[in-house]
Amino acid sequence: MQSDDLILVEEFCNKNNVAFSFISSLQQVGLVEITSVDQSYYISQSDLKRLEQLIRLHYDLQINLEGIDAITHLLNRIQNLQTELAAARNRLRLYEDF
Amino acid sequence: MEFVDYYKILGVDKKASDSDIKSAYRKLARKYHPDLNPNNKEANKKFQEINEAHEVLSDPEKRKKYDKYGSDWKQGEEFEKARQAQSRQYQDTGQTFNSADFGGEDFSDFFSSMFGKQGRSKQQAKFRGQDYNAELHLSLEAAYTTHQKTLAVDGKNIRITIPAGVEDGQVIKLKGHGAPGMNGGPHGDLFITFILEPNPTFKRVGNDLFTTADIDLYTAVLGGEHTIDTLSGKIKLKVNPETQNGTKIRLKEKGFPVYKSEGQLGDLYVTYSVKIPTNLTEKQKELFRELSKS
Repeated sequence: MQSDDLILVEEFCNKNNVAFSFISSLQQVGLVEITSVDQSYYISQSDLKRLEQLIRLHYDLQINLEGIDAITHLLNRIQNLQTELAAARNRLRLYEDF
Repeated sequence: MEFVDYYKILGVDKKASDSDIKSAYRKLARKYHPDLNPNNKEANKKFQEINEAHEVLSDPEKRKKYDKYGSDWKQGEEFEKARQAQSRQYQDTGQTFNSADFGGEDFSDFFSSMFGKQGRSKQQAKFRGQDYNAELHLSLEAAYTTHQKTLAVDGKNIRITIPAGVEDGQVIKLKGHGAPGMNGGPHGDLFITFILEPNPTFKRVGNDLFTTADIDLYTAVLGGEHTIDTLSGKIKLKVNPETQNGTKIRLKEKGFPVYKSEGQLGDLYVTYSVKIPTNLTEKQKELFRELSKS
């Protein structure tokens, strides 16, 4: 991971108006990875979109941590199923059209 | 423009208290929130309606105005200058598709006519702009080669490179080409989903292509040559004597390019379809009869 891919957690919290403790609790349940460099904490830029989604779930929809964890698992499953479905549809089209 | 019943949308009574409205909104938002309904345009539309209803009914002033003019909105329209909601469009060489983002900006005409675009509460916090989702339709031939395409997004031209071998349903992200952020927040991203149009000659499964080739009975029986069209040009095939109808042959590396792996290609499978001659002359029929006796 390159250093310019990292964002200071503190900066992220300020910009998004969220508490550091929330990001920390997300880390404890394995929903986000925090990197520690010289006593500063960073998150990866690639995690940003997902992290923003988790924040929306918590602050907009008042879903607690356990709920967010369960939703994340289910969303991953939905995504996998949608990918499988798209592949199956493509395959089916081969037999339907010929 | 139709009257929009915000109470009905939230499923609450006209006498509903603020907390009833808040609770109904939260319940519906949890059901239809775009984060919980990925790739579900219907849910996104419903979420916009719920947001709009909440925007009006949770604000005492707006609710009062809605209750006063709501059922007879034309009077309200005169009261406030009507503003048309703008719909964002991307244009790509003649094809048009609408954004399916879930931003709260897409209020109904009804909302805009009553409250104007300024009717929305001001938010002080910085927010990243919403992501846009769009579809780009490609022919199989277009997806066969790496090429560039210019898209017009909100009046700006973006040049993108489409690598050979893109899959149907594959999504690419154009960072920072989504909706502008609020209060100085960063732009969202633009997600483009490639939709590959069905091709009448070739079917694609992964990196392999499938096609059928019609050969006449005599070539099938005696063997010979047959030229077929592929996506990379014509190929002359050697047909073996006594080739059966439905025989499938594989042409190595004549299929579809492997995504982002230059020079690598899948295989092309050709199924022979033997055509029986029609309108035979009496002499030809006689020869077939002789053959059948031999």
